[in-house]
Amino acid sequence: MRTKNTIIFSLISTFFLIFLISIWKILATLQGLSITSFNIEILFIFGFLISLGHLGIGDKIKSFYKSIIFSSIFVFCDGFLIQKLPIWYNVGVFLILYFFTYKISKYNFISLKEEHSTQVILFDFLTLFGILFFSFVILFPFYMMLVTSFKTQIALLVNPLDFSINFGQDIKDLFKSYFVIFKSYKFGKYIITSTIVSVGTVIITLIFAIPAAYAVARLNFFGKTFLSTSILIIYMFPAIVLVIPLYTIFSQLGLRNSIEGLLIVYTATTLPVAIYMLQGYFKSIPKELEEAAILDKLSWFGIITKIIIPLSIPAISSVALYVFMIAWNEFLFSLMFLDNPNSFTLSRAIQYLSGDAETPRQYLMAGSVVVTLPVLFIFVYFEKYLVSGLTAGSVKG
Amino acid sequence: MNDTLANTEKKTAYILTLPAVLLVFSIILFPIFANIWISFKEVELKDIRIPEPRAKKIVKSISDEPSKIKILYKLRNSSLIQEIRDVSFQDNFPKTFEIENLDPRCSYKKYNLKCEFGNWPAKYRENFQVVFKTNDGSKIDKKNLKSIKPKLEGKSDNILLNTNFTLKNFKKVLFENEFLDLLLTTFYYTFFGTVGSIVFGILTAQMVNQKFYGRTFMRSVLLFPYVAPVVALAYTWELLLDPNSGTLNSLLLNYQIIETPINLLGQKYIEISILGFDFKLRLALTTVIMFEIWRYFPLAFLFILARLQAIPKELYEAADVDGASPFQKFFNITLPQITAVISILFMIRFIWNFNKFEDVFLLTGGASGTRTLPINVYQQGFAISDIGMGSAVSIVIVVLLLMFMFFYFKLLGKRVDEN
Repeated sequence: MRTKNTIIFSLISTFFLIFLISIWKILATLQGLSITSFNIEILFIFGFLISLGHLGIGDKIKSFYKSIIFSSIFVFCDGFLIQKLPIWYNVGVFLILYFFTYKISKYNFISLKEEHSTQVILFDFLTLFGILFFSFVILFPFYMMLVTSFKTQIALLVNPLDFSINFGQDIKDLFKSYFVIFKSYKFGKYIITSTIVSVGTVIITLIFAIPAAYAVARLNFFGKTFLSTSILIIYMFPAIVLVIPLYTIFSQLGLRNSIEGLLIVYTATTLPVAIYMLQGYFKSIPKELEEAAILDKLSWFGIITKIIIPLSIPAISSVALYVFMIAWNEFLFSLMFLDNPNSFTLSRAIQYLSGDAETPRQYLMAGSVVVTLPVLFIFVYFEKYLVSGLTAGSVKG
Repeated sequence: MNDTLANTEKKTAYILTLPAVLLVFSIILFPIFANIWISFKEVELKDIRIPEPRAKKIVKSISDEPSKIKILYKLRNSSLIQEIRDVSFQDNFPKTFEIENLDPRCSYKKYNLKCEFGNWPAKYRENFQVVFKTNDGSKIDKKNLKSIKPKLEGKSDNILLNTNFTLKNFKKVLFENEFLDLLLTTFYYTFFGTVGSIVFGILTAQMVNQKFYGRTFMRSVLLFPYVAPVVALAYTWELLLDPNSGTLNSLLLNYQIIETPINLLGQKYIEISILGFDFKLRLALTTVIMFEIWRYFPLAFLFILARLQAIPKELYEAADVDGASPFQKFFNITLPQITAVISILFMIRFIWNFNKFEDVFLLTGGASGTRTLPINVYQQGFAISDIGMGSAVSIVIVVLLLMFMFFYFKLLGKRVDEN
C-alpha cells in the first residue's frame, strides 16, 4: 500500500513539474530563446528523483533548505550541463522548482498512509494544474495580442517566435502600429462613433427601462405577467433572425449607415435585459417609502425621480455598465447596417481592416487592443457590481 | 374610491411601459412577422431599394447671350428592374425668368415649371433641356440657380408589399442546398460547444471554489474571454492558428511535434488513427468549437460557482465523518446539487450557440465545413443576395428552436413530476 501510494504520488507530482517547466520553456521560446526540445525524459527522471528524495529525507532537514538544495541541483544540471541558457531563464527555473518543492513539502510517508490519500493528492494537484492551465489558456491569447502589436513586420518574419519587446527603442517606434492606425486608418473617429453609440444606447435604454421596470415591479395592471414572461422570451430570441427584415426596412427608410439606426436596434435588444435586472432590484426597495410619497401627493414621475432612482444607483450603474459593454462589443448589426467607412464602429472597422489581406497583422492586433482595453478595464474595475449581474444572465452571447 | 385608484394605477402602468413595449415590439416582434412574409417571396437584395425618379441639374450659359441660359436635366429611373408610373416634375425659377421653348408635357406658371412625364420603364434615361431668358436683361446668378433642386415624384410597386407568394424558397432550403449536412454541422457545433463549455464550467467552478492565494483575481481572469469583444478575440485566435506564421504552428514545429504545419481553420478533414482505427475528424469545425468553448465556458463557470457556494457545508462535514473520498463527495454531493443549474445552462447555451453567427463568421467565414444555419442566413441573404432565401432559412431556425424548447420543457416537466 505504501509503495503504491509513494509511486502514485511521485508520478503525479512529476507530471505537474513537467507541465510547469514546459510552460516556462514555451514562454522563454517566445522571448527569442532557441529551445528546441522539452527534454521530457530528463525532466521525468529528475522529477521522480526529487519527489522520492523529498519523501526519503523527510523531516531530517528543514523543508526550506531541502527546497533550496533540490532547486539548485536541478538548475545546475538542467541549465548549465544539459543546455546552456541565460541567467534569467535559470532564475525562473529555480523559482519554479522552489514553488514545486514547497507544494510537495506537506506530503510525507505518514500522510501517504491515510485513507484516500491518492485521491486527495490527485485532487490537490488537479486543482493546481487547473489554475495554471486555465490561466495560461485564457491569458495567452491576450498576451499575444498585446505583444504582437509592438512588433514590426520584418521582425516577425525573421523569427516568428521572438515576441520580446525592446524597451530600449524610441517610444515612437515602439508604438508605431498605434500611431499608424490612428493616423492612416482613422481609428480616432471610430472610437468616437463607438463611444457615442454605446453611451447613447445606455442613456436611451435607461430612460425607457426605468419607468417600465418600475411598473412591472410595483403596479398592478392587466397583462403584467404576459409582459414579464415575454421580456424573458425576447431576451432568448436570436439576433440573426432579425437581421434580414431589419436590413430591408432600414434600407427603405434610409436608416442604414446611420448612428440613429444602430441606436434604435441596440436599445431594443438591450431593453429586455435592462428591464429584467432593474425590476428585480426595484422589488427589493421597501414599499412604505412610496406609500408615504403617495400621501404627500407625489406623482409617479416624482416617485421615480425622487425615491426609486436615488435608492437604486448601484443597480442602475451596473445595468448601465452592462448595456455599455453589450453595445461596445456588438458586431452582427454593425456588420449588416454599416458599409460606409465614415460611420464605422470600432468592431466593424477592425473587421474591415482584416478584409484587406495586405494589412500587417500588428495593425490588426493594435486595433484589437484598442477595442479590448476599455471593456477589460471597466470589467476589472467594477467587477463586484458586474459579477452579481452576470449571474442574472445579463450579457448576451 | 378604490376603483378609481386601481384605474389610475392601470393607466400609469400603461403610460410607463408603453414606450419600451412599442420599441421592443417594433424592432423585435415585427421583424419576426416580416420574416415570415419575406420568406414566401422571391426578393433579391437589389429589389428592396425603392425605385426613384432622379434628375441631375446642369446649368450652362450660352455664349454671346448673357441674358439667356440653358438648363439641362439628366433624368433617369434609379431602378434597373422596375418601372415608375406617373412621374411628375417641378422646379422653381427666379422672378425674372421667361421660358423660351416649352415642352408639350410641361406648363410654366408663376415661375414654376411643372411637367408630367408619364411612365418610366426600368433603366429609363432622358436628357431634358429648357432655355430661359431674363425679361430685364440682368445677369444670371448660376450658383443660385444650381442650388434650387427640382422635385420629382412617381409611383412604383414596392416588391415587398405586393401579394405574390411562392413556396420556392422553402423548397430550395429543405431539398437542395445540402440541408442535412447544414443541419448536422449546426448540431455538432451547438451540441459539443454546449457540453464542452458546461464541462469546463464545472471543472473551473470546482477549482475556484477551493481556497487559494489569488482566488478573486483568478475569478476575473476566467471571465475575460466572455467580456472581451469577439472581433478582437477571433482575430487573435486566427493569428495564433495561422498555418504559415502562426505562433501555435511555429511552436509545434520548433519542438518537433509536427513536421508540416496544420491549417487548423482551413482544413475540412484530418485523418487520425487511434488503436488501428482510422478516423476522419472535422478539423476546422473542431477548432471553431474549441473557440466557442473557450469563449463561453465562463458563463457556465459563473452560474455553477454561485450554486456551489450555496451548498450547505454540513453536507461535506457529514461526508467526512463517514469517511467519503474526494471523488465520492464530488459525485454524491456536488453533482446532484448542481444538476438544476446545469439543465438551465444547457438550454440557454444550446439556444444561443444554435444562433451564434459572429464567431464562425469571423474565424472561417463558413468555409471548410463550418457552415452553420446562421451563417447560411447571411450567405443566402447577402453573399448570394437572395433575401427571400435568407428569410426562409431564418424561419427554419426559429421553427427548430421552438421544437427544441418544446421537447426540452416536456422532458424537464416529466423529470420534475417523477421527483
